[in-house]
Amino acid sequence: MALFLSFLLPGIPYGCAYALMGAGLVLTYRASGVFNLAFGAQAYVSAIIFSIAVHDAWPAWAAFVVAVLVASPAIGLAMERLLFRYTRTAGPLVKLVPALGLLIAIPSVTQMIIGTSTRLPSSLVLQTWKIYFRLGSTPVSGGELSTTVITVVVVGLFALVLRSSGLGLRMRAVVESPRMAELSGVRADRTSATAWVLSSLFAGLAGVLLAPLFATVSAPNFTALLVAAIAAAAIGGFESLPLVLAGAIGLGIAQQLLAGYLPSGTILSSGLRPAFPFVVLAIALVARRTLRQPAARDPLASCDPPALAFRAPARMTQVAVGSRAFSVLVAGMLVATTVVLVPGSWEFVFTLGTVLSIVFLSITLLTGMGGQISLGQAAFAGAGAFTAGQLAMHAVPVLAAVLLGGLLAAALGAVVALPALRLGGIAVGLLTLSFALLATNVLFLYPWSGNGATGLTVPRPQVGTVSFAGNGAFFWLVLAFLVLLAGAVKLVQGGTIGRELAALRGSERGSAAIGIDMRRLRVVAFTLSAAIAGIGGALYASLQQSISVNDFNYQFSLVYVVVVAAVGVYSVAGALEAGVLYAVLMQLTSTLSSRFSSLLALVFALAALTYVRHPEGVVAYGKAWVLDRAEQLTRHLQRAEPTYAGPSGAATGQRHGHLRPHLRPHLHGGDRR
Amino acid sequence: MSAVVTGIDAGPGIDATAVAQGARSLADGRPLLELRRVEASYGPYRALFGVSFTVPEGSVVALVGSNGAGKSTVARVVSGLVRAKAGSVWLAGSEITRWPAWRIARAGIAHAPEGRSVLASLTVEENLELAARALLGRRRSKGALDRAFGAFGRLAERRHQLAGTLSGGEQRMLSLAKVLAVPARLLVVDELSLGLAPAVVDEVFGALRAVRDAGTSLLVVEQHVDRVLAMADRAVVLVRGRVAAEGSVAEVLPVVARLLPQRAPVAGAASSSAQHRSPQQPGGRPGRPDAE
Repeated sequence: MALFLSFLLPGIPYGCAYALMGAGLVLTYRASGVFNLAFGAQAYVSAIIFSIAVHDAWPAWAAFVVAVLVASPAIGLAMERLLFRYTRTAGPLVKLVPALGLLIAIPSVTQMIIGTSTRLPSSLVLQTWKIYFRLGSTPVSGGELSTTVITVVVVGLFALVLRSSGLGLRMRAVVESPRMAELSGVRADRTSATAWVLSSLFAGLAGVLLAPLFATVSAPNFTALLVAAIAAAAIGGFESLPLVLAGAIGLGIAQQLLAGYLPSGTILSSGLRPAFPFVVLAIALVARRTLRQPAARDPLASCDPPALAFRAPARMTQVAVGSRAFSVLVAGMLVATTVVLVPGSWEFVFTLGTVLSIVFLSITLLTGMGGQISLGQAAFAGAGAFTAGQLAMHAVPVLAAVLLGGLLAAALGAVVALPALRLGGIAVGLLTLSFALLATNVLFLYPWSGNGATGLTVPRPQVGTVSFAGNGAFFWLVLAFLVLLAGAVKLVQGGTIGRELAALRGSERGSAAIGIDMRRLRVVAFTLSAAIAGIGGALYASLQQSISVNDFNYQFSLVYVVVVAAVGVYSVAGALEAGVLYAVLMQLTSTLSSRFSSLLALVFALAALTYVRHPEGVVAYGKAWVLDRAEQLTRHLQRAEPTYAGPSGAATGQRHGHLRPHLRPHLHGGDRR
Repeated sequence: MSAVVTGIDAGPGIDATAVAQGARSLADGRPLLELRRVEASYGPYRALFGVSFTVPEGSVVALVGSNGAGKSTVARVVSGLVRAKAGSVWLAGSEITRWPAWRIARAGIAHAPEGRSVLASLTVEENLELAARALLGRRRSKGALDRAFGAFGRLAERRHQLAGTLSGGEQRMLSLAKVLAVPARLLVVDELSLGLAPAVVDEVFGALRAVRDAGTSLLVVEQHVDRVLAMADRAVVLVRGRVAAEGSVAEVLPVVARLLPQRAPVAGAASSSAQHRSPQQPGGRPGRPDAE
């Protein structure tokens, strides 16, 4: 019993911090429909401000006021006012991408401001590790005492306020339809701003309370905290605060018990503890009915102007030809410079960009074409890479190993798709995220798979007498893979599956009503996407020649989605541009001082914030803008030369010249945004 | 009362309308609601082109027109759901053009929008409570709820049921109860009887008459043109986003008959469903509520 208690008690402070953040997540989700993944970052910011202030000899209460009562709510308010108030009636992807961007951007900015030196955490009220009294024979530390009391008091007070002030009712009304709520005299703006301020307060409090439990204040710790909070929120069905509280504390305790009772020194005991919340999350997602039901649609959505169709590729002939010629020219120049001109490191960079393009293609297929959010693409890539590595070690030819890696990843994709069949929107994203975490923390650590931090070595391929060991030769091989796979994705996009995926993206019920088998389609989409990611991952392994679990960390899955969404998720070209841009910028920023090492992530994270206004992606938007201008110019020139009446010109005028841009037919189906 | 019939292509006639309106306002007493050359659009799609009319205090004004004429957009501009791009909206002498919807609601304009206009994820009671608490305060909201449940016994039976699980007719009833629970100065109802069984339509019109008798002004968009004209004092005819005619019911009747032949009231006739069924659907069941 004493042993049990000594395992159980240390779990409570973790559970309390999960509960605070989980309550905050439920609150913003209820008030704005946004699953605010940036809470992890907000908790981090509060913790670091608190620790800096205390180390600068501020009194603890002043540091607390600034860190928890001012900084975190201010960030939350800014997020609501500047971003998420515009996404209230938007689809799940539009709500997720900016939150992901912020999760990455906020720690980057913080790091640039305060530098990368290690910060030690400070205790809030009681000394975290000091033993204040004993429960039977089990010591109770200050951390356990203070977090428990503060959390229970705060959450209890909050639940009371929510019920008696009618704020809870107003929040539920505003999230379903801000306009209907306003017709009832409710200030929708103020209601959702209040919810964001309060929930950010929770995040900040959780950050300050939990910080002393870690050795240093660093952002990844808080991301891990976030996933446990998500699991707690899922236990509560994103709805019930008491259930969230109970689930969170149960989760914290269960984690400690697992760590205590599982045989130490094995991967299960070291890996399952961090992965445990994800197992719980996956089960809760599949089991809870409230998460499966789609949110009620806004009955007054028709007050918004109809969503503009994504820019159609239908352009004036001259402009279309010109733009295609320009693309070919740029691509050709890139290939030529890679092969002929640039020395060592840049050759490697462009090859890496090509490999990343392949991985990003998997996101284009799944998220861009099918509207399915996946936060686990890096895990599929890792599965492909480790399979290829293991096979190569057993004397399978590398090229065959790469393809078999894709095959195994495809099988994994199908398996992950099965529980996702009953889910929609953000829940699919969370499920894939839990898979990614399970992969990083458990699956990839075994000697028979990823071999943990030691990793595997994967040679460059050799086909007959042709060796791809040199960087130049390997580039051609990777390029061939990219061309083949991009072509295949294009074919899928234009074919029946592509049309069905576009229908799935538009409306699941609508596509089911016209006879599309949604379950089969989802499995197909996940399988194809995972196969592409797997091949990309295997090629990455062969490019690097030595890989470990850190190359396929779950955080890359988040970064990948942000990068592709920021550049352009709806077209194959977007994946290619994203891959090359990412690799080039990575090379450029690698020379910066460590303080600015996260500049790369920041660039894409900030681009992701524009996703609310330009869901087609920043680069895609820029291209459309340039082509619009080119069309205007062409039309202007045509008008200046009335004698010109060539067959193609006349046809163009007929087909596109008189259509205003917003009336152009759109070929890829609308999107619920 | 002087009628202003500007014709279908009302572009140049607008100035005359404005002048005539000034005169009428004086004659009729203070207008409760006034729209002056209101323009509105949904993104690039324009819906209203210089719409002007008034709702005198204590009167019932019918807004008629064919599908896509802009009736619902007018209702939305009045309640602040859609902001006018040009022109102005006045409530009892103060300009409310740029007011947010919640402020207009608190100023006394209640709007029952068309379609499913209840919050599906809230219970029946919560739907009513939301409006009552925001508009009347917590203490007086109890009485408003009791009033609403007293008037609509069916809703009282289902007060703890989620509004999204109500039948279509019950949802419309709830939508009406929401705006009736809290006394308003102007009630804007949009296609309230759409899809309702004939007996329920009678109930709805009975409720509207009771509201009028209690002193609330009404702006009514209705598909049952004959029934709404029978109860209205004045009517505004919209054609393609423009006011084609405005005046007393007797004055606009010829215009309605010309513009909406299938909807025009037959003198003295009461059977509206017969008028609504299109000749292409001889098999349509009599009294089918969704005959539109």
